[in-house]
Amino acid sequence: MALTYEDVISKYEPSLGLEVHVELNTETKMFCGCATVFGAAPNTQTCPVCLGMPGALPVVNEKAIESTIRIGLALNCSITPKSRFARKNYFYPDMPKNFQISQYDEPICTNGYLDVEVETDEGPKIFRIEIERVHMEEDTGKSLHVGGATGRIHGAEYSLLDYNRAGIPLVEIVTKIVSGTGKYAPEVAKAYVKELRDILRSLGVSDVKMEQGSLRCDANVSLAPIGSGKLGTRSETKNVNSLRSVERAVRGEMIRHAGLLDRGERVIQETRHFQEDSGTTRSGRSKEQAEDYRYFPEPDLTPVAPAAEWIEKLRSELPEKPSLRRARLQSLWQVPDKEMAALVNAGAVDLVEETVALGADPTRARGWWLGEISRLANEAELELTSIGISPKDVARIIELINSGELTDKLARQVVGAVIAGEGDPDAVIATKGIKVVSDESALIAAIEKAIAAQPETAEKVRNGHVPAAGALIGAVMKETKGQADAARVRELLLGLLGQG
Amino acid sequence: MSDLIKKSAAELAALIATGEVSSREVTQAHLDQIARVDSTINAFLYVDGDGALAQADSADKTRGGSSPSPLNGVPLALKDVLAQKGVPTTCGSKILEGWRPPYDATVVSKLKAAGVVILGKTNMDEFAMGSSTENSAYGPTRNPWDIERIPGGSGGGSAAALAAFQAPLAIGTDTGGSIRQPAAVTGTVGVKPTYGGVSRYGLVAFSSSLDQAGPCARTVLDTALLHQVIAGHDPKDATSINAPVPDVVSAAKRADVKGMKIGVVKELTGDGYEKGVAESFAQSLAILESLGAEIVEVSCPNFKYALGAYYLIAPSEASSNLARFDAMRYGLRVGDDGKRSAEEVMSMTREAGFGSEVKRRIILGTYALSAGYYDAFYGSAQKVRTLITQDFSRAYEKVDVLVSPTTPTVAFKIGEKSDDPIAMYLNDVATIPVNLAGVASMSLPSGLSQGLPVGFQIIAPAMQDDRLYRVGGALERELHAKWNGPLTNQAPELVI
Repeated sequence: MALTYEDVISKYEPSLGLEVHVELNTETKMFCGCATVFGAAPNTQTCPVCLGMPGALPVVNEKAIESTIRIGLALNCSITPKSRFARKNYFYPDMPKNFQISQYDEPICTNGYLDVEVETDEGPKIFRIEIERVHMEEDTGKSLHVGGATGRIHGAEYSLLDYNRAGIPLVEIVTKIVSGTGKYAPEVAKAYVKELRDILRSLGVSDVKMEQGSLRCDANVSLAPIGSGKLGTRSETKNVNSLRSVERAVRGEMIRHAGLLDRGERVIQETRHFQEDSGTTRSGRSKEQAEDYRYFPEPDLTPVAPAAEWIEKLRSELPEKPSLRRARLQSLWQVPDKEMAALVNAGAVDLVEETVALGADPTRARGWWLGEISRLANEAELELTSIGISPKDVARIIELINSGELTDKLARQVVGAVIAGEGDPDAVIATKGIKVVSDESALIAAIEKAIAAQPETAEKVRNGHVPAAGALIGAVMKETKGQADAARVRELLLGLLGQG
Repeated sequence: MSDLIKKSAAELAALIATGEVSSREVTQAHLDQIARVDSTINAFLYVDGDGALAQADSADKTRGGSSPSPLNGVPLALKDVLAQKGVPTTCGSKILEGWRPPYDATVVSKLKAAGVVILGKTNMDEFAMGSSTENSAYGPTRNPWDIERIPGGSGGGSAAALAAFQAPLAIGTDTGGSIRQPAAVTGTVGVKPTYGGVSRYGLVAFSSSLDQAGPCARTVLDTALLHQVIAGHDPKDATSINAPVPDVVSAAKRADVKGMKIGVVKELTGDGYEKGVAESFAQSLAILESLGAEIVEVSCPNFKYALGAYYLIAPSEASSNLARFDAMRYGLRVGDDGKRSAEEVMSMTREAGFGSEVKRRIILGTYALSAGYYDAFYGSAQKVRTLITQDFSRAYEKVDVLVSPTTPTVAFKIGEKSDDPIAMYLNDVATIPVNLAGVASMSLPSGLSQGLPVGFQIIAPAMQDDRLYRVGGALERELHAKWNGPLTNQAPELVI
């Protein structure tokens, strides 16, 4: 019988090690001037340097160094005064030079930490994740294996190579061994990657899109019997492409390891690949015979020696930590936990903050971004930031509602039109002739028309059955094509029918 | 045979500048000489006749412009280890057969910008690994002084092209002596500039921390003129030095050693140096002393470890640098039958495409970098490198330049040492410390021993390359007076 997670945690203590690779969003590659646009036609963003042509030489991208230092500072790391690049040697067709320029024993950032909050049985609890190192390297190209059933190299008829990705700056963030999480290991792993993603996003150094591979997580998991004080053999799971998968992969590996250990079998130290559909992992290459990468200092590059003043300047310019900022905004806007979480998940915190900064009240701003605009974004499968309406537009619409120049219904029309590209709110209102009907004589005429059309309903209202007024109000709104202020219609109607 | 080919680059540049002869005539004269002698010498792997004449025509058009280049229209032979756009570049290896670079090395861009006419690509030991040019996959180059003998290596093609009057200028590269040793055994001049003084961008790497391109010619002044053209900071090479180029041309013209202190490296003389070589060296010292230099002996005790350290560092870097030759993107591809895996094709291509010396060094370097051996081999070699650098620093506290014979012997016979790698490696015992320390060095002819040229080596501190030209220029002036012109004029007439 398969082990349940409860069985696992009753007997074993998990340890984690998380390696996160982040593609920086620099304009150019790590060691050459090629562009880094995602999704460009294959092999159009290449040059002699990133193709590893004989004689071509790397030159370090200063912006990538800056981004890496900022990441290190945001993760409370020490910045190495003089760090070096090293060559990691191994043969692989998608690696043009058959070595990767990386950092080995002298990484640029070391010894940091990141605190993450996880909901436990005893309420929210902070776990401190210690960071071993943050280092720079270059990405490899991409292989596409054609033919064969699995899309893997084994059994493929031929392979296509795209070197657009070769040389894109990567930052690798490696934790120390994370222990003491007990049963919360999967949640801690997920919370760590999520918090890290938020920090990277706030720094503006990466697109941090797990589904596009600009943020990739390898999860090392091992189990040891509770109280043994030892570390078990680890497996390293790759291909973990979403936050949810981080949690599932860790949990799945814990259950798999426990099964092996319970049966008296041993865990093989190997790389495994996460299967999104089943939530399980499949064996990749074994790491039992450790590969010898023959690291040595990269002779084509000089050491990286950032000036202390520059580091201090970068430190002083770091943005507010996402966790602190969330707490500050939540209290400022007086938002319940659940709704704050919804804002964060929708990526709407910045948008709401900007909208509020332009004068809108937080509740309304939140309502629009999480409501109508999110609905339209979901329909269009777009991010809120790319749907085509700005915080400025939303602030203006809220202003027009507050001044009575738009009703909620009209405002939704305006939002739709702005998103459809018909101009800013004022332009849309002008061209579409959208306006609240506030000419009272016209309203009264419409009300009288409604009363005449529904004499029985009018009579009920006159007799004190106020809820019946809804049908008459509806008729007036229909007559005025929704442009009337419903509250004012109600007031006038009840007045005319002696209920004012 | 045209008289033009015996002239120096400086003389040719002056004739072209005044319009007395055209660059096309000069270029054609050298192409004719190549056609006449190269089936014997085998200095060239590729002759770009049409390209050279087109460049010559363009140089003739720009003649007399507002800022004339000092070498406008003068032809040059380019070592086949430098990328020239659209022109086959093999590094003397089968594995790069058919590769035409899509870009110019920075040295090549600078030559083109200066109006220098590139005649073609010269033969070399495969990937610059060797001291005789016998390791070329395209057959050995022969020494114009005696075609049974080697022209040195790895840049034997460039040196032989100068000695056989196929070109007045050449570019070489020097990782452990590949410019200076060929210069010594062919009676020509060659300079390894300070490491970082000339861009390595487009120089196909053998050992990145040691490789340096440099100028070769038959006279010190020509070498200086070419040095000036190719040197300078290059943002495309992170190890390139961002500082003004020393004024080597003025130094070559000044050619004055009065008051200079010249140190003879004790460890690079004595046992192991051929008698004729030692005598020629002593005569040169006497000349320099007569010109007012003070000669002192200097000890560099760690030089004895240089060869060992070099043969760990250079192969280690080479094992990584040469990994890119894998049949995936350019060059040779062997065994691709649609069934074999990429790894099998890589392996078969490398087996077929690399020669035995290259394989020997890849294996040596791979071993030296392996986990568990790194500290003992690569790590120790780097420490030796530091000690050698310190030997130089201490020496330069006492003297302005150091000197030694460039090689222990004159040119040996083809085939004589090809079965004994260690004997071959010992050729470079005097040149290798220079590369390990990144300092600047020149070899110039000092006379003959057994009728074959002997080289005199001068070593200057980093970024003091001008001192090479002061000393070399002074010595050469006296020797040319004695010889009635450059030593190469005394080479026996080639029997074709």
